[in-house]
Amino acid sequence: MNQPVIETSPKVSDEVRKTTCYMCACRCGINVHMKDGKVAYIEGNRDHPVNKGVLCAKGSAGIMQVNAPSRLRKPLRRVGPRGSGEFREIEWDEAISTAVGWLNELHETAPQKLAFFTGRDQSQSFTSFWAQNFGTPNYAAHGGFCSVNMAAGGIYTMGGAFWEFGQPDWDHTKLFMLFGVAEDHDSNPIKMGIGKIKARGARVIGVNPIRSGYNAVADDWVGITPGTDGLFILSLIHVLMKAGKIDLEYLSRYTNAPVLVNAAEGPEKGLFLRDEDGKPLVIDRATGKPTAFDKPGVRPDLSATYEKDGVTHRPVFHLMAEKYLSDDHAPEAVAKRCGIPASRIRAIAAEIARVAFDEAIELDQEWTDFRGETRSKMIGRPVSFHAMRGISAHANGFQTCRALHILQILLGTVEVPGGFRFKPPYPKPVEAHPTPHGDRRPGRPLEGPHLGFPRGPDDLLLDDCGTPQRIDKAFTWENPMSSHGLMHMVISNAAAGDPYKIDTLFMYMANMSWNSSMNTKGVMEMLTARNEDGKYTIPRIIYSDAYSSEMVAYADLILPDTTYLERHDCISLLDRPICEADAAADAIRWPVIEPDRDVRGFQSVLIELANRMSLPGFTNEDGSPKWKDYADYIVNHQRKPGIGPLAGFRGEDGNKEGRGEVNPDQLNRYIENGGFYVAHIPEGADYYKPWNTAYQDWAVGMGIYDSPQPYLFQLYSEPMRKFQLAAEGHGDRQPPEHLRQRIKNTMDPLPIWYETDQQGNEGFTVNALTQRPMAMYHSWGTQNAWLRQLHGRNPLYVPTKLMREHGLQDGDWAKVSSPHGEITVPVMEMAALNENTVWTWNAIGKRKGAWALQEDAPEATKGFLLNHLIHELLPPKGDGMRWANSDPVTGQAAWFDLKVNIEKADPPSDAESQPEFAPIESPVGTGPKDLAWKVGK
Amino acid sequence: MHPAPSVIIFTTFSGLGFGLLFFLGLGQPPVTGFVAFVFYAIAYALAVGGLLASTFHLGHPERAWKAFSQWKSSWLSREGVCAVAALIVMGLYALGAVFLQSHWSLLGWIGAILSLATVFTTSMIYTQLRTIPRWNMNLTPAVFLSFSLAGGALLSGAETLAPWLLAVAGAVQLAYWAKGDRALESSGTNLGTATGLGRRGAVRAFEPPHTGTNYLLREFVHVVGRKHAQKLRTISFILAFVLPLLLILTPVSGAVIKHIFALFAVLSHLTGVVISRWLFFAQAEHVVGLYYGKR
Amino acid sequence: MTQLPQSTDRKMGLVIDLDTCVGCHACVISCKGWNTENYGAPLSDQDAYGANPSGTFLNRVHSYEVQPAEGHAQLIHFPKSCLHCEDAPCVTVCPTGASYKRVEDGIVLVNESDCIGCGLCAWSCPYGARELDMAEGVMKKCTLCVDRIYNENLPEVDRIPSCVRTCPAGARHFGDLGDPNSDVSKLVAEREGMDLMPEMGTKPVNKYLPPRPKDKIEDQIDILAPLLAPVAEEPKGFLGWLDKTLEKL
Repeated sequence: MNQPVIETSPKVSDEVRKTTCYMCACRCGINVHMKDGKVAYIEGNRDHPVNKGVLCAKGSAGIMQVNAPSRLRKPLRRVGPRGSGEFREIEWDEAISTAVGWLNELHETAPQKLAFFTGRDQSQSFTSFWAQNFGTPNYAAHGGFCSVNMAAGGIYTMGGAFWEFGQPDWDHTKLFMLFGVAEDHDSNPIKMGIGKIKARGARVIGVNPIRSGYNAVADDWVGITPGTDGLFILSLIHVLMKAGKIDLEYLSRYTNAPVLVNAAEGPEKGLFLRDEDGKPLVIDRATGKPTAFDKPGVRPDLSATYEKDGVTHRPVFHLMAEKYLSDDHAPEAVAKRCGIPASRIRAIAAEIARVAFDEAIELDQEWTDFRGETRSKMIGRPVSFHAMRGISAHANGFQTCRALHILQILLGTVEVPGGFRFKPPYPKPVEAHPTPHGDRRPGRPLEGPHLGFPRGPDDLLLDDCGTPQRIDKAFTWENPMSSHGLMHMVISNAAAGDPYKIDTLFMYMANMSWNSSMNTKGVMEMLTARNEDGKYTIPRIIYSDAYSSEMVAYADLILPDTTYLERHDCISLLDRPICEADAAADAIRWPVIEPDRDVRGFQSVLIELANRMSLPGFTNEDGSPKWKDYADYIVNHQRKPGIGPLAGFRGEDGNKEGRGEVNPDQLNRYIENGGFYVAHIPEGADYYKPWNTAYQDWAVGMGIYDSPQPYLFQLYSEPMRKFQLAAEGHGDRQPPEHLRQRIKNTMDPLPIWYETDQQGNEGFTVNALTQRPMAMYHSWGTQNAWLRQLHGRNPLYVPTKLMREHGLQDGDWAKVSSPHGEITVPVMEMAALNENTVWTWNAIGKRKGAWALQEDAPEATKGFLLNHLIHELLPPKGDGMRWANSDPVTGQAAWFDLKVNIEKADPPSDAESQPEFAPIESPVGTGPKDLAWKVGK
Repeated sequence: MHPAPSVIIFTTFSGLGFGLLFFLGLGQPPVTGFVAFVFYAIAYALAVGGLLASTFHLGHPERAWKAFSQWKSSWLSREGVCAVAALIVMGLYALGAVFLQSHWSLLGWIGAILSLATVFTTSMIYTQLRTIPRWNMNLTPAVFLSFSLAGGALLSGAETLAPWLLAVAGAVQLAYWAKGDRALESSGTNLGTATGLGRRGAVRAFEPPHTGTNYLLREFVHVVGRKHAQKLRTISFILAFVLPLLLILTPVSGAVIKHIFALFAVLSHLTGVVISRWLFFAQAEHVVGLYYGKR
Repeated sequence: MTQLPQSTDRKMGLVIDLDTCVGCHACVISCKGWNTENYGAPLSDQDAYGANPSGTFLNRVHSYEVQPAEGHAQLIHFPKSCLHCEDAPCVTVCPTGASYKRVEDGIVLVNESDCIGCGLCAWSCPYGARELDMAEGVMKKCTLCVDRIYNENLPEVDRIPSCVRTCPAGARHFGDLGDPNSDVSKLVAEREGMDLMPEMGTKPVNKYLPPRPKDKIEDQIDILAPLLAPVAEEPKGFLGWLDKTLEKL
């Protein structure tokens, strides 16, 4: 037969440029294939530590993002009223001088009147440096409404959490348990990890009310009642402790389980017994005497108590046994509330015990711990866990995250083969982190970083009268350990002038007038609210974004950013790097194409603003600017001598890593190396990192620590106890009366579970959640011609039982109401779902006029946000107070505490989801009708 | 299946046209000269017009000539070859009848057979598709052939044959509907076999791959309400068979009235067949619909 | 060419693991990207930013819920593209010979310059593997990245279909299913790989690995129960156990 002859070896591209993806927060390496100087095709970079060649749907669709018609083209100055979307295009000169005109005065007189908050910012070490030098206390990124509970819970407990802090040992783990995860966080590594586990036929247990995505491939699905994860975990702890299925050796050596706690009533109660050097004491089993925890040769006792001056000191482990062996935590006692049969809880606990102890791994690898003891083997307990927003975005999320870490630690699965492993610069104990700073000194920089980890009431950011120093009230008695700030409270507080009024709101990449806010409609009203004199309550708003998002319409000045392929960026060890469990790694972005519009990278614009204002930190002693743009900063900035944003190719010859002099050729070396740098952890240093001398020494050499920082895992959190002590009336700094009881209850130094505040929820009995589809990232996917075909609308998924109860069928409409509002939306049945939970995809619904879509786009007609049902404040309690809908420990936005009521509704007259909003004028028009994108020949 | 006007017009008109050519080839009616010209003009208008209509749904009609090449395996190619052969042979035969007043009967027979073969090949394009159980039945060629013959007989004025052929076509139609309604179910194909997941439990399509539509859904998924379909079937059956039969069997006097009755019979039949053809497509369930939870 | 070859030298195809696919659509978009830029006409999109966006895709990921007789409903993600059938009806129905099955590797392709866009091949395919491109008027389908798998301009490790290269979970495997000793054939044998709609007689080359049994953890509780035997009923007893155990360390 004569079949056509085809070209099986066509030229793939003229050139491959390797950079870092920014289609979500994952930061995979990508190969950008160029033809005729244009982007032709994007694939994963096989050499890259994060994705090792694979790439998700978003990453591959990057070409459609770079070509998206929604890209902003020029700086804009508002001409219509706020929210209308009416702008005039201006030149950059005018844009910069306008911004400087507004900002410089604030810098010199009242820096706190600038609130500078960034959203999906991947340059936080730089943006915070800018804000610090501006002198405003009001800076944070989006962590507060994302996953601060997870991050802070991990750091306070064990010096790191999941995702950027660490990951399961995918190559060795034999049982993997996954709690609710936003599937765009660490998405490719988790998928790759699940793939590895599946290829070995190992078991995956998914704990999630919704059985989609990763939970769909889980061998066992636990369709838990939202918000009860902590109860479930503590019950597992109960069963495991009771059966003695815990790693006592691990607990005694590497955790504060043996540390002695003062048991006498009084101002010292619950605090650790320490020696003169402040080191916590344990009873040494060899001598029976109290000894510093890190003394060479010490064998810490988990059960002995110690009397001193008539005061009994008990080891932490006593307190734990007392608390967790109680029948309150028995599976039978929690089954109903969790929606999990007791038999299932026991079966899971038994399986965990079996794998952890009967299938333990032994690696023949010698290592030496911080007490100087050398061991010949590394013992692995191959059970691993991962969790994210599902457990953290509740008002009891901090304690739940702590509980999950405690479970891992009790099993001895942290930093051992087959368990959970930290990624540099983690592990990093609380002591190695800064405390928060919030002083205001006109014309001068802040004395330290904005965000940090309070060790007790003394670190709160309150002025002498107890007024919060920060606009978001972070680090106050309302949420003392709010390590990521509370971005979700900024607009609300600024509009209310509580705790004070601001002048300029400056935001970057945060769609606050739409999907990134609770109470979306209310936020729009706050952004457009006027004083009696007719002026806006928030006088000035500057916003930077690359795309025509919903937020653009609410700003007075728009600074158009570039797309990710047109810019410099650094994914730095000073920030949120891309390290792996066995390597430190960082990466860059570089302009693989030049913008075809009059736009500038936001970080370079910040440098220009800083230079115009001669901000300290940005200015040499002679008054000249230190850096001309962001690329210049990346290469030449030094946080400490020898330590800069990038760790690779340092030193004059580019052959130093971690520490080294500035290398002017550093960016080129990164580009040649594929856009990233990897420094491998030496063999033998790659497990037991918090206690492993070899790791500690390597980390010091890399500039991760200034000196070795071995520490104990904090099963018992002394900082929390200090806040609790204050609430009990001890100490100078006292909480206000209305918060006293809450602090006593929630700041328990050992993880607890408590029902979140249900006041106002009467009659609202159904849990309502959102998830993010793996193929979309927040609001970004919609402007992408390929991705929006995958998810162009979002139904409300309703479990079969509720569908029947309410007489609903696919395509019917339902009115969904909460204590705060109501929406009317289309429904779809889902059987693999907790029977009392409804959910939808997040951020598919769009405002008419945004993202260069036509006004009849399904995202704008059928798509909807659940945000309308969620308020940033809890329903009023009649006490005149504004109670935030946040975790009382960290201020984490409690997105997933939402309770609703659903009922069948008539289809809206225009068959559009309700509420509807008036279209906004698009500053970029709408996209073309048809596409057939092919570049080159 | 999407009831595209182009394929409905094509199958209806060309079926009728080739049906008429079949009878003309057999010398029914034995016309010559101008009368023959009129008959052939009508036959060619229907057959060629139908064929032309079918090219409207092509992505590249200018390449249609390439479709003659694969007659060894492709029913669509065979149809093209048969159609062209039939049109050429019958064209020669028509030349004889119109201009030379002669009926070259061997040529006529060959043309008639080719005409019927064309209708048969058309029917086989649909019949061969196992993906559409409602078409994948012996009754499909029977429908096409019986309709073509009945229509041809009506148009050619074959007074004795036409009522019988109409009755047969009507009976075939009823049988086709009856069997077709059970075809998908009895084919054994369902979402369970389509996904291979049927042994695990009851399979239900959850989210479609894309929230919007696509070529497959536009082409293969067309849902006709059961009541609506029943109504259309009744109308189609009355118009295609019952009314024409009544019209041609009603004893009337006078050639003009008789011709008017015959004309109405033809128009009624044609309308009925168009509706039947619309249903033929619109009610046909492609198994791809199963993947989308639709049929 | 419209006739199928008697046999092909190799049977190149995909093995898709339904136990591992998390439904992320990575393969869908990678395919769209590669095939827009490569073999034949680009995969176009109509109404790309409007009310009814609809484009040509050669690979789409469905999802199904399965309700077993007992226990929780399961959700299964289900990628689907051309199965490169041995008895490919789409080839034999083609009137122009544009559609053909390659003798050397069994890949089913469309020679676009011969395609008249009649759509019959799509009608004949039970799997919905073929889509007519609305801009170009020709039939598009999975080429198994015939312009990658032999491409000497690509490093050898990359000579696999783009969907396989990009799949983060490793749920897609590529190889010669005609060779019983190939990795893919062994995987199919081991995991009882299955055909879609075997009753259609198309003999698909691509195979699907069924999901492993789910929700079985409670079935083994009888074996596991001894693991949970309490060391003591009361906290005091627990501390005694603790002492004893620590002594042994």
